[in-house]
Amino acid sequence: MTPRLRTTLLLAPATVWLLAMLVLPLVVVVVFSFGERAAAGGYTPAFSFENFANLGARWTAFKNTLMLAPVGTLLCLLIAYPLAYYLAVRADPKWRTLLLILVIVPFWTSILIRSYAWIYLLGGQGIPKLVSLLGLGSPRLINTPFAVLTGIVYGYLPLMVFPIYVSLERLDKRLLEASADLGSPPWRSFLQVTLPLSMPGVATGCMLVFILLMGEFLIPAMLGGGKVFFVGNALVDLFLQSRNWPFGAAVAVALVVIMLVTVTAYMRFTRRWAGGRDDVSLM
Amino acid sequence: MTGDTESSIAELRGATKRFGDVVAARNLNLSIRRGEFLSFLGPSGCGKTTALRMLAGFEAPTDGDIYLDGQRVNDVPAHQRPVNMVFQHYALFPHLTVAENISYGLRQRRPKPPAAEVAAAVARALETVRLPDFGPRRIWEMSGGQQQRVALARAIINEPKLLLLDEPMAALDKKLRHDMQIELQTLQRQLGITFVLVTHDQEEALSMSDRICIMRDGEIVQTGSPRDLYDRPKNRYVADFVGKSNFFAGRVESLEGETAKLTGPGGLSFIGYAGDGVGAGQPGLASLRPEQISLTRGTDGVPVSVVNRIFLGEHTEYLVRNPDLGQFLILASRQAEAGEGNLEPGETGSVRWRDGAALILKND
Repeated sequence: MTPRLRTTLLLAPATVWLLAMLVLPLVVVVVFSFGERAAAGGYTPAFSFENFANLGARWTAFKNTLMLAPVGTLLCLLIAYPLAYYLAVRADPKWRTLLLILVIVPFWTSILIRSYAWIYLLGGQGIPKLVSLLGLGSPRLINTPFAVLTGIVYGYLPLMVFPIYVSLERLDKRLLEASADLGSPPWRSFLQVTLPLSMPGVATGCMLVFILLMGEFLIPAMLGGGKVFFVGNALVDLFLQSRNWPFGAAVAVALVVIMLVTVTAYMRFTRRWAGGRDDVSLM
Repeated sequence: MTGDTESSIAELRGATKRFGDVVAARNLNLSIRRGEFLSFLGPSGCGKTTALRMLAGFEAPTDGDIYLDGQRVNDVPAHQRPVNMVFQHYALFPHLTVAENISYGLRQRRPKPPAAEVAAAVARALETVRLPDFGPRRIWEMSGGQQQRVALARAIINEPKLLLLDEPMAALDKKLRHDMQIELQTLQRQLGITFVLVTHDQEEALSMSDRICIMRDGEIVQTGSPRDLYDRPKNRYVADFVGKSNFFAGRVESLEGETAKLTGPGGLSFIGYAGDGVGAGQPGLASLRPEQISLTRGTDGVPVSVVNRIFLGEHTEYLVRNPDLGQFLILASRQAEAGEGNLEPGETGSVRWRDGAALILKND
């Protein structure tokens, strides 16, 4: 068996899988997006740009996604970085593994069940009741952007913590000694050495969370109560409820294009941040 | 209380460092002279790196004091000490260019020095370590030897009162290491900065240092010039660590002033400088350097048979055997051998040594 043949054989399953499950469906979606809705729902072939012209009708979904996905990513980052820093740098190595497991434990339960828990916590009988018992008014939490963000941060935090943890854990501690030796106080060493060198982890974490958030639909559906919905929710609605497949396909294509543009811009930006290094992996 | 600022730039006074139950450094007393090249020499785990790290401010002494330029600095953190270090694996910042690495120290000063001034200093430092035009390069584009020069430039640009070098040559190959040793020595004279080197390589310490501080098990055994340590080792440890030596056990016959006489195996006598704790009538050890023994074909000395011979260029090293003395080494210069020619393994000859050539040490 020649090495070339062996390579081909080894790559064959992945190639077939990607062709069947990614490329082909994507082609179908693109073709559908130019079609028309059949009378009874579904798709009839056509070639029109009408679906794209109508995208404005789903503007709210795009707006929510494009606001809450970056904000959710940022919140995850702000909460995850100190946590990852503590785990990687400060925590007693004796407890480190246990603490890391605690970060993953919630993943052992379905996100659906955990979201139900949040519905209760944020609902009338949960935190708002507690607040009102304390005589601080009765805030409405469920079905608000706040509820959606809470669910997002809660659900995606580990995806942000781990890449940052890895990059901080790998950081050569002698570099911090060198920085101190050269006259830099600890906080400045953090800004000048630790932070830049953990950027690959930050970039990876942000990318993971952001991409998944752009396609999120479960958390907005459950904690947004139809008031705070994402593009994902619009797609579910278009394909399963109103059965307007061509319009749904156009929305999906628009989402893919937006993702491609933002992710490419983001990668450009982070690569510049990392000083043009080729060995800085983003994913 | 202040130190003797006239001649000493730094001092360890009874400095002790414990890590839990482990004593990494015990009661270190040492005065580092202004402008000298001092080496801490010893095997790994002897406390030499701990001593260096206490000077740098990475470790605070558990007991005792550290003085820098007359000031007690026990509680002064590393970033406030006028001391810089060349780390063992350089610890260069991978996200910065060569120039940014070198200017790092200057850029930490407050108020910040003007950019033009920093750039000029970087250019000078690069010139000093013979890496001009390498400023814009990335660290990972540099070879090991070049990285070391960058680490050196990053430290000397700050004009530290002490330049600490933690086994800086350990990662270089032999040829490069030798070149670097010469360069470091030249640089030290040129800059007039006090250098403190940590090494386990006795050759490195001997060739570069003005003074060497020999350590063992967290303690200083002896401090002195390379010549002192070679000619006047305090004990067997130092004699063994600095250069090669043959040791013969015996009894100290007499001790007069600094000179002792020892009767060794086969009633042979050894006369020479007496080390620490040598007393007449007590068991002792004669140390005889291989080059202090002469080997001839004649029969008017101590008879030996040649076991092995290693040609070293200018010198030849013989391993010889005598029934009383056992096996020992002789280093013969080419010149000394010119008349008689080489002895081959298996041949017999005789050896002799001058009175006073030996060192008489306590047998411990």
